[in-house]
Amino acid sequence: MTQPGPADHALDNISWLWRLRLPTQPLLRHLIFALCGVGILYLLTSLLSPYNDYEVGEIALYVIALAGLSLLTGMNGQISLGNGAFMAVGAYTMALLMTHTQLNFIVELLAAIGAAAVMGLLIGIPATRLKGPYLAGMTLLFALALPPIADKWSTTFGGDQGLTTTVPNAPGNINPEEWLAWIQIIGALITLVLLANLIQSRFGRSFRAVRDDEIAASLTGIHVARTKVLAFVISAGCAGLAGGFLGLSTGVVNTGEFPLTLSIQLLAAMVLGGTGSLTGMLWGAVLLVYLPQWSTSLSGYFNLGSGASAYLATIIFGAVLIVVMIAAPTGIQGGLRWTWRHISGSMSRPGAVIPPVSELPGGQSPHVPMR
Amino acid sequence: MGLFINVTLDGVSNGMIFAALALALVLIFRATKIINFAQGAMAMMTTFLASSLLAQDLGYWWAFVAALAIGFVFGALVERVLIRPLKGKSELNPVVVTIGLLVVLEGMAGAIYGNASRGFPAAYSQSGITIGHSKIAFSHFDVFIVVAVLVLMIAILVLFRATTLGLRMRASAFAGEISRLLGVRVGMLLTLGWALAGVAGSLAGLLVAPTSSFSPYYMDLVLVYAFTAAVIGGLESPVGALIGGVITGLCISYVGGYLGSGLQPLGALVLLMVALMARPEGIFARPPARRV
Repeated sequence: MTQPGPADHALDNISWLWRLRLPTQPLLRHLIFALCGVGILYLLTSLLSPYNDYEVGEIALYVIALAGLSLLTGMNGQISLGNGAFMAVGAYTMALLMTHTQLNFIVELLAAIGAAAVMGLLIGIPATRLKGPYLAGMTLLFALALPPIADKWSTTFGGDQGLTTTVPNAPGNINPEEWLAWIQIIGALITLVLLANLIQSRFGRSFRAVRDDEIAASLTGIHVARTKVLAFVISAGCAGLAGGFLGLSTGVVNTGEFPLTLSIQLLAAMVLGGTGSLTGMLWGAVLLVYLPQWSTSLSGYFNLGSGASAYLATIIFGAVLIVVMIAAPTGIQGGLRWTWRHISGSMSRPGAVIPPVSELPGGQSPHVPMR
Repeated sequence: MGLFINVTLDGVSNGMIFAALALALVLIFRATKIINFAQGAMAMMTTFLASSLLAQDLGYWWAFVAALAIGFVFGALVERVLIRPLKGKSELNPVVVTIGLLVVLEGMAGAIYGNASRGFPAAYSQSGITIGHSKIAFSHFDVFIVVAVLVLMIAILVLFRATTLGLRMRASAFAGEISRLLGVRVGMLLTLGWALAGVAGSLAGLLVAPTSSFSPYYMDLVLVYAFTAAVIGGLESPVGALIGGVITGLCISYVGGYLGSGLQPLGALVLLMVALMARPEGIFARPPARRV
């Protein structure tokens, strides 16, 4: 395809029309996507068995946690190994309110978000002074420091048994798993719409400006420290909501649900899905929910012992993390996007090749070495 | 008063172990500006291999030396295979890769050796030394810990300060491009830095194993304590790692002795946060000028 023929022009026109039809107002556009999502997922949950509904709900809650992390790392260039611990903060807050008060369910969830966000503020303030690896180390320490606190004051936090949670009664004769999945899906869609708007707003632009060059950002009048704390707080709040939902899914909240591994798996799923993307977090969440099952069947297939099979998912997660980071840092969504651009690009503008992005956002931009 | 003395002594011996692992982090950070989050897991792996050798009726000291040697090779291998390809990319990439390595190593150790904590022998008696009529919480093994870490520390310092090789290592860390122009094999020396860190880490692993529940995850907390120590010391200086290690060890030990062991990680977190708020560049580092 050296000469653009009439067919290419036609295709070009069609894609142009398609783009025109979507509202340019980000909020409207995101709401349309969200409503489409609601429609598809409504059909999905009503077709699936209760157990699959439970899994769909789990995917939804991981999407929330991953979207917050993706915003933090991809948009703001900060890395957190402690979002599993923020999930624990949210889950315990919700469970404590459920045990001791008769508040509205929505209020309890908002409290979960709020408590995690406040914790994010406490951790985020010193974190603003830190660059990548320091912040990673501090959040890693946070993830390890939090669970023992719940064990120390076991009368308040329920010790090994933990605290029980109750899902609000389903209206009509909807079965409880489907109802819970619905609550989680709606939570995830609201989160995604809010985050998608945030990314396109003034705040999103300042997040990216700070990520790319702190000094340049501060020269344009952006308060760097405040921006970094805000990103951290939002990410922690998302984790808090996800933690509350995880507590609802499992029915109990105990420290065993929030090991260091959870934080690391969140990071891994975020990287695999595609750092900085929100849609990509869906792939990450699907992997988080299904990889343990797949690896169990895989180890059954290869006749590995029960001891080894328990660790296979972990090993695969880590190995894929390393390989993706070295070979394809934009993850699944980056790969899909690249393929899509390649296809549509070669159809509309022959010769236009988009170079693959070769690193995580957050570092120096590769093309202008400034000294 | 007795409690205070014992807790302090315990803090010193723990602090020396943290210092050894912090030294490993510092060696790597100096050379490549990377924090190796897998350092603890690598030490865990070499210590498990040592325990396998011990199970083959190999003597303790053979297993000890073998673990250090494996740590050397392992460190070099990790740098060559996993870290080298990341050169020139975002500083977040190595964080993610070393975390991935941590997960893989812990998973492999779990699959091979199981999750249950097992025993690991100590080189010397672990019961407290008797001074006068009272027994203090400092054993012959604790003396060995202090001596071993100090020997390692002095060896590293002598290497850096008194040998040509050390001078080249410092030069290649300080100004890689210029050193390369002057004929220094910079890549080789970066690998050597990782290999030496592997030795220091392995030593820490061997010293922690007898006093903790020796399972695939036993180095997780030690790693974050060592990280705290390294940050307090400024991440660039071996002496800073030693002092940071002892400060962290004492702090952890006091928290454990007076408030309960469950709060030790929280104590380290508070210490790290205070240290970072007060002196983000560490006690022993000059604040760098930001380059525009």
